Amino acid sequence: MRPLTLRRLLLQCLLLVVILFVVVVVALKFGAVPVSLYALGRDLLRVLFGQSSQISTDYGLIVVNIRLPRILLGIIVGAALSVAGTSFQALLRNPLADPYVLGVSSGASLGAILALIAEPHLTVPPLFAALLTPLGAFLGAAATIAAVYFLGRREGQIDSTTLLLGGVITGSFISAIIMFLMSTLSGSLRGVSFWLMGDLSTPLQKSIYWFLGIGFVVAAGAIYTTASDLNLLLAGEKEAMHLGVDVPRVRLVVYIAASFLTGLAVSVSGAVGYVGLIVPHVMRFIFGSDHRTLLPTAAIGGAIAVVMADTLARTVVAPTEVSVGAVTAVVGAPLFIYLLRRRLA
Amino acid sequence: MSGSSALARNSSEPARASGDVRLSVEQVSYAYSANPAQAPLFTLEATSFQAKPGEIVAVLGPNASGKSTLLKLISGALAPLSGRILLNGFVTHSLTPRTRAQRIAVVQQESTLLFPARAWEFVLQGRHAYGRSLRFESQDDILIAKNALAQVAAADLSDRWMDQISGGEKQRVILARALAQQPLLLLLDEPTLHLDIAAQIGLLDSLRRLAAENRYTVVVVTHELNLAAEYADQVVLMQRGRCLRVGPPASIYQRELLEQVFQTPLAVELGSHGRPRVTILSSA
Repeated sequence: MRPLTLRRLLLQCLLLVVILFVVVVVALKFGAVPVSLYALGRDLLRVLFGQSSQISTDYGLIVVNIRLPRILLGIIVGAALSVAGTSFQALLRNPLADPYVLGVSSGASLGAILALIAEPHLTVPPLFAALLTPLGAFLGAAATIAAVYFLGRREGQIDSTTLLLGGVITGSFISAIIMFLMSTLSGSLRGVSFWLMGDLSTPLQKSIYWFLGIGFVVAAGAIYTTASDLNLLLAGEKEAMHLGVDVPRVRLVVYIAASFLTGLAVSVSGAVGYVGLIVPHVMRFIFGSDHRTLLPTAAIGGAIAVVMADTLARTVVAPTEVSVGAVTAVVGAPLFIYLLRRRLA
Repeated sequence: MSGSSALARNSSEPARASGDVRLSVEQVSYAYSANPAQAPLFTLEATSFQAKPGEIVAVLGPNASGKSTLLKLISGALAPLSGRILLNGFVTHSLTPRTRAQRIAVVQQESTLLFPARAWEFVLQGRHAYGRSLRFESQDDILIAKNALAQVAAADLSDRWMDQISGGEKQRVILARALAQQPLLLLLDEPTLHLDIAAQIGLLDSLRRLAAENRYTVVVVTHELNLAAEYADQVVLMQRGRCLRVGPPASIYQRELLEQVFQTPLAVELGSHGRPRVTILSSA
C-alpha cells in the first residue's frame, strides 16, 4: 500500500517544473532569429532585476517583448486546456473527452466571435469591454458542453460513443457557423484559422495576462478542491454518492470551472486541439490516475506541451509560422485513434 | 489492534443494548413513473420491517418485485413517497451524502473502473467520507483499509490490479471497501450474482462472521432461496411491489406461499439444523 503523500506530490510537480523551465529556455533560444544562451541569460537577469532599459540589442527585444509573452501565453493556455480535458474526462466518465473533440472549443470560439461582433454596439466601460471576449467564450463553452451532454444521453445514462459522436457533430456544425460568419464579416476579427486551429502569435495587453493568470488559478483551484471526489466519480455517480460524494455539487463546480478554463484559453489562442486529451493520458501513464496528482501534473504538463508545440510551430518552416493547433493535432489525432481502438478491443 | 476491533466503529452515538432496533423501515412506499402526469409504471406498496445490530435480512422475490427499489430507499438514494426509514433514529434520505456514507455502505452488483486501480486504492475509497477533499490518507485510514482486506481474506490481493483479479476476488475487495466505510448498515444487491458456488458460500460465510463480530446490520437482496435460508435471520418476501411476509426463514418458507410467489413447483424440507431447504421440481 503506497497512498499519495504531499511530499511525493510536490516532488512530482517539482520535476515537471524543472522540465518546463528547460523547455522555456529552449523556446526562448530558438526562432527565426537565433539567440545565444549567454545573451539569453544576461537579458533574462536584467529583466528579473528590473533593468529592462539596459537591454539594447535587437536580440533582447525579440526575446523579452516577443518570445517571452508568447511563451507565457502558451503556459497558461496549455495548463488551462489540460486541466479542462482532465475534468471533462472525469465528469463525463469518458477517457476520450477533450474540449476540442467534444466541440467545446468551437463553441467557445463562436461565443468569442459573437462577443467581438457585439462589442462595438455595446456601451460598456473599457475595462469590462476587454473581458467581453473571454465571457463570450465561457458562455459558448458552457452552452456547448450542456448540449453535448444532452445529446450523449440515452435512456437517462451517458452513452460514451453517442457522447463523442454528439461532440464531433456539434463541433463541425459550430465550425460551419464560424466559417459562415467570418466570410460574411469584414476581416477585422482575426482569421478563420485562428478560431478553428488556434495560434499564439497575437500580442496581448499586459492586463490580459493578469486576468488569464488569476482566472486560471481560481478555476483550476476550484476543480482541485474536488480532486478526490473526481476519483470516485469515475466509478459512476451512484457509487460515488454511496461513498459520500455530493455529486450534484461536484458536477456543477467542475462543469462551470472547466467551461471557464476552456473559454479562457480559446478567447486568447483560438481552438488549440487535443492538448486536453494527450497530456492527461501521458500524465496518467506516468503518475497514475489519482486526480490529486493528475490535475497539477496535467497543468504543468499541458504548459510544457503547448510551449514545445508552439516552438515547433515557429521554427519548423521558419520564417513562416504554422498554427500551434496544427502541431498538436498532428500528434493528438493519431493518439485519439489509438486510444479509441484500444478501448473498443 | 486486531482486525475486528479496528473496523468496529468508534461511534459517537449513544451505546445501545444489542436488543435495540437499528434499522426501522416504516410503511415505506414508492412509485416510478416516466413523467409526473402519467400513471406510475411501478409502485412499491407500504413496506415495514425492523432489524437489529448483527442481524442479516434477506430480501427475496422474483424479478420486478421491488427488491432493488426497497434497497435504494433504505440506502437513501431514493426518497420514499410515504413512510420513513430510520437508522439509529435518523431518517436515512435526509442525511448528507458524507454522513450517510459513514453509516451505510452499499455493495452493488458491478463496480466499473474507467482507469486501472490497484485493490488497495479501491479499498481506500471507502475512507473518502472521513477525509476532507484535499486531505491525504492518514495512518488510521491505511490501517483500516488493511484490516478490511484482511477481514475478507484478501490481504494478498492488496497490490493487484482490479481488472486482473477473478470475479470472486473482486467481490471480496468490493466488500472490503464497504467495510472500510465502518458502516452501521451494510446493503448488498445480489452480491453472489456472478460467483461460482464456492465463492458464494465464502462470501456469505464472511458476511455472517462480520455481522456477528462487528455488529453490522446486513440487508441483502438475492435470488438464491437456499443461501438466504441458510444465512438470513429474517426474510422479507416481495411480489409485484408488495411485501407479502416478514419473518425468520422457517416461517416464510412454506411450499404454497413460495410456489405462488415464484410461479414454479417446488418442495420445501427442513434441514438438520432447523433451516428450510428448497428443491425446484421439474414442471414436466
